[in-house]
Amino acid sequence: MSQKVLARLKARFGEAILAAESFRGDDEALVAPDNWLAAARYLRDDAECAMNHFIDLTIVDYPEREPATPRFDVLLFVRSLGKNHRVRLKTRVRDGEGVDTLTGLWEGANWTEREAYDMFGVKFLGHPDLRRILMYEEFVGYPLRKDYPIGKTQPLIPYREVAPSKLAPFGADEGQPYGRIDWLARMAGRNLQVSPAIGVQQGQRPALSVDTEDLAQPRKPNGN
Amino acid sequence: MEPIQEYEEETALELPAEPMRLNMGPAHPAMHGTIRMILDLDGEIIKEVDVQPGYLHRGFEKSCERGTWAQVYPYADRLNYVSPMLNNVGFSLAVEKLLEIEVPERCKIYRVILGELARITDHLTCNGAMAMELGAFTPFLWCIKVRDWIWDILEQETGARMTHSFGRIGGMAKPPTDQLKTTVRDILPQIDKLMAETEGTLVRNRIFIDRLQGVGVLSKELALSIGVTGPMLRGCGIDYDVRKANPYSGYETYDFEIPIGHDGDTYDRFMVRMEEIRQSCRILEQAIERLPDHGPINVDDPRIILPSKTDVYETIEGTIAHFKLVMEGVKPPPGAVYSYTEGGNGELGFYIVSDGSGTPYRVRCRPPCFINLMAAAPMIRGGMIADIVPTFGSVNMIGGECDR
Repeated sequence: MSQKVLARLKARFGEAILAAESFRGDDEALVAPDNWLAAARYLRDDAECAMNHFIDLTIVDYPEREPATPRFDVLLFVRSLGKNHRVRLKTRVRDGEGVDTLTGLWEGANWTEREAYDMFGVKFLGHPDLRRILMYEEFVGYPLRKDYPIGKTQPLIPYREVAPSKLAPFGADEGQPYGRIDWLARMAGRNLQVSPAIGVQQGQRPALSVDTEDLAQPRKPNGN
Repeated sequence: MEPIQEYEEETALELPAEPMRLNMGPAHPAMHGTIRMILDLDGEIIKEVDVQPGYLHRGFEKSCERGTWAQVYPYADRLNYVSPMLNNVGFSLAVEKLLEIEVPERCKIYRVILGELARITDHLTCNGAMAMELGAFTPFLWCIKVRDWIWDILEQETGARMTHSFGRIGGMAKPPTDQLKTTVRDILPQIDKLMAETEGTLVRNRIFIDRLQGVGVLSKELALSIGVTGPMLRGCGIDYDVRKANPYSGYETYDFEIPIGHDGDTYDRFMVRMEEIRQSCRILEQAIERLPDHGPINVDDPRIILPSKTDVYETIEGTIAHFKLVMEGVKPPPGAVYSYTEGGNGELGFYIVSDGSGTPYRVRCRPPCFINLMAAAPMIRGGMIADIVPTFGSVNMIGGECDR
């Protein structure tokens, strides 16, 4: 890219542009959160930049930078339809700090900021409707943060507690209707090939959700 | 008989006047994928709409941070799952930009061929489904028949019809088969025949025109402000196509045009997609002529491409290279790049951050469907419920890409 946009930004904002670099052809400028809205507005309204086509807004989390540098990098990607050039605008915020919304400048910031809030927890001040977009409202936490464990699930309906031997069979036995098939017993003539329900009815096998020893006890509800 | 005037008194029954809230829920035949729309209705007219995506969110970006760069391909396939090759190529280009490598010419042509085939399947699915939802079941089946033949070609090349994970950093998984040229040359006239049949059935059909023209109008300014790209933007009359504006993979050497619409309504988007299928066929003809029968497909760099199996089993260097590439992965230098290609629905971008280890630090997919879906609410507001069906179909919201 031509770096013309970076030059215009530096000419207009001077010291407020904390860094401006071009890496692999991508132009990127770093500003402080206080100048975020002003810099974005300049990118859209200046005749030479003319960034009228919104592309994306996202966040990257670098928690190891704390406390020296704020952990969240908020990135704005915009391009100019007429001039066919692009720029990335970046700012850094800490957890708990907010950054100004850009919905007044580009409508596309609406959902992208909602997604950034949903995934990282960064608030966008002045956003008309800042609520979760991809996750459900009852979700607790911000999943794309580095300190959110990847394996954690928050089911709205709690999973059943089932002893492992009574779980559905996997592997070679998968697809069998209920319990594991005892092939040796079946081939020796016992436990004939009947559907499990009929087997229970005819007394050939116990119901799978209850152990034979527990038949005398009343069945406990699931999960208890 | 009592006189009629009795029913015109003030105390006569009144119909309720406040808007009705209707949930066009995630499990709905016309909501491709899973989108929930909460509609406030005044009769049939939509007063307010709240579009709620997110029902197919599978954590693509978080899952990419677990493995290596090469392990992203199965996830990338499942983004826009009707045109997975375009996602594969887009991601490959992003990592190659970070690594500053360029694939051989044969690979570029091969990527163009498979990519355009994927684009044709995407547009066939979208247009066919849109027609079906308006009641034209037959053109849908014609489109699906041709789509199936294209999937047969992809199966012949990659081994799988849809999510084939065929892209690799620095090349493709396998070189083209010997039958590729014949099968592609055979299918191009079939696609032309299908286009002629479908257009003959639909394009000048009175009902089709009435349901699509003037419906779901999107203005240019709003489209640019939202960030709409792809056939939706071109339907509004703006000729932005990444293949022409910022060419990659040799697209600047092919002779093709960008169809654009006039009014930004659903009919224009439908016609833009139809015409884009034709332009993709044009590119395919040229690319098939150019594809060399021999030559390297992958970049010749043992730090990036897996060595051949004979080398792995017979030389120690091959074994070590294979081990390191599988266990630790390709190691792009630390940095961040944004690389964008023309996906089926618009500018598909990947913003990738590497920290120098073999594990991706952040893989952000810029999803064209998600951003295009922001335009759905203004297009639907003020229309009728029946207008949602073709309008939403023309947005071509693919759940996998929208929610990732």
